Amino acid sequence: MQLTQLLVSGLSQGCIYGLIALGFVLIYKATETVNFAQGELMMLGAFAGLFGTVYLGLPFWAAFVGAVGVTALLGVLTERLVLRPILGQPAFAIVMVTLGLGYVGRGLITMIPEVGTETNALPTPFKDEVVKLGGLVIGMEHVVVIAVTVLLCALLYGVFRFTRTGIAMQAASQNQLAAWYMGIPVQRLNGLIWGISAAVAAVAGVLLAPITFVHANMGFIGLKAFPAAVVGGFGSLPGAIVGGLVIGVVESLSGFYLPEGFKDVAAYVVVLVMLVVKPNGLFGENLRKKV
Amino acid sequence: MRFVFKTSYDQDIGLFRHEGQRFWYALLAVALLVAPWALSEYYLAQLVLICIYGIVGLGLMLLSGYTGLISMGHAAFLGVGAYTEAVLSARGWPFSLSMACAVLLSSATGIVVGLPALRVRGIYLAIATLAFGFIVEEVLTRWEAVTGGNSGLSVGRIELLGWTVSGTTQFYYLCLALAVACTLLVRNLLRAPTGRAFVAIRDSEISAQSMGIHLAWYKTLSFAISAGLTGLAGGLYAHKLRFLSPEQFTVLQSVELLMMVFVGGIGSVHGAFFGAAFVIALPQFISVIAAKLPAAMGSAAGLQATVFGLVLVAFILFEPLGLYGWWFKARTYLDLFPFYRRGMFRRQKAFQKSDRLR
Repeated sequence: MQLTQLLVSGLSQGCIYGLIALGFVLIYKATETVNFAQGELMMLGAFAGLFGTVYLGLPFWAAFVGAVGVTALLGVLTERLVLRPILGQPAFAIVMVTLGLGYVGRGLITMIPEVGTETNALPTPFKDEVVKLGGLVIGMEHVVVIAVTVLLCALLYGVFRFTRTGIAMQAASQNQLAAWYMGIPVQRLNGLIWGISAAVAAVAGVLLAPITFVHANMGFIGLKAFPAAVVGGFGSLPGAIVGGLVIGVVESLSGFYLPEGFKDVAAYVVVLVMLVVKPNGLFGENLRKKV
Repeated sequence: MRFVFKTSYDQDIGLFRHEGQRFWYALLAVALLVAPWALSEYYLAQLVLICIYGIVGLGLMLLSGYTGLISMGHAAFLGVGAYTEAVLSARGWPFSLSMACAVLLSSATGIVVGLPALRVRGIYLAIATLAFGFIVEEVLTRWEAVTGGNSGLSVGRIELLGWTVSGTTQFYYLCLALAVACTLLVRNLLRAPTGRAFVAIRDSEISAQSMGIHLAWYKTLSFAISAGLTGLAGGLYAHKLRFLSPEQFTVLQSVELLMMVFVGGIGSVHGAFFGAAFVIALPQFISVIAAKLPAAMGSAAGLQATVFGLVLVAFILFEPLGLYGWWFKARTYLDLFPFYRRGMFRRQKAFQKSDRLR
């Protein structure tokens, strides 16, 4: 019973990691750049949700949609203003740009008087509610995290599988040049991908808010989503979610069964083992150029 | 307009390109030697920090700028060096011996971290080093018997050949001497076959390999030297701050070190010191502009991070060679006067290369 309890809390934490990792993977698959500011986008999404509920007095779900929209717009703008001009520069430079953007985002949030440096509670309609399932007691916020993640994954699957834009995105992610020759507006799609990825991050942020509160440093959880993305194989969307779940569960179990301190490094130990044993991850494809 | 006439092949790899450079570097050396008399205690301490961060920058530059391997865990090497030096000097080991141990231990750690580099690259390497950085940070926090954990560890003075380094001036000379030695080491390495191999690996692993460069050996070597230099800086850092705690060696610190070499100018030895000077000067600059901003914004802790991030993004967008790029352009302008053209350094149109199929 205790094990099940641990598993469920690990899974809900893993969903958050998975959603952030999904953001990395979406951008990586489409543009081959890694967005180190994904955690900060999540943090900004959470702050947008906080602003909507507390300062504009919107109902929770309206604020949720608003926060996702605003963050998606921010993602599109970032791609247009910062990433597109340096397209073609070494990958290292692009990584540094996203790190710099993360710094700016975190710094700007801390500069907001009274809110930025505090830990803020985001009021939710499902606060303090629990779901009793057999002997299991699960906090409502964990249930919401898991449910929304499942919904979001189904939605993304539908978009990529059945819509024209989604199929165009798949084509562009396989070979940008060929896609461009086929008349697919690759640059616009890349902007859109950044938007989607930022929106996914915002969803993760608002869902995480009732669990960890909203504060400027919540973006650091993005650094734990990297192991999730690597474990799943960096180029695979289902892999990102599965990797997130693996990391979440391992963390939750090691927090309980292993001595103190192991919980914080569990994700990194897993990723180091993974890199040594199977660098392509669980779902990664192993592409090789054949001569 | 300056013409450099080459009369021997040695001139191509000489430390100085022409007599003028020799003159300016001699002038710089004199200025640094008389600095303790000209500067106040406070500015001398800043200069010491620039030397220390400059050594870290050199190490990171060698790895990231010249070998093209991203390390997001360099603060861990700094930490290993600092703690080794602190623990050994507390046991009464002489400075030269304990520092040698600090350097060797950091190098050994670097080799261990470099092992994944043989199999993975690019972003995977960044994540592997990041993971390593987190693990070292946790070890420093939890291994309380040696590191003192979160309560920290205080560090004594340097004992060197029966002479106690006391006061900022003496410590400054020590740091300066080590910084100069490290710079010469890196410069000499880079004009030797080893350094050429590093640069070849950075530019293309495949062509480097086909020219007979043993990738595994040179990558590991690069990690070892880089970590060793960083460990050396760590030892000095321990004696500078005289108090160590794990939160000085977080992953965030590693990221800031990377940002430092990027702002200084990736792929240049000058850049390491420019970046160090920038990082040290930034808080002073911030305090100046904070006084001009409204109180609520000016007093916020986020101002420094914001400015640092903006400067980094601006440099990558507009001046990929960082501060060194400015320096280089100014020098070229003077060298070519009056024939400098504005379009000389226009960035060439680059196309994205795919890493997926290799």
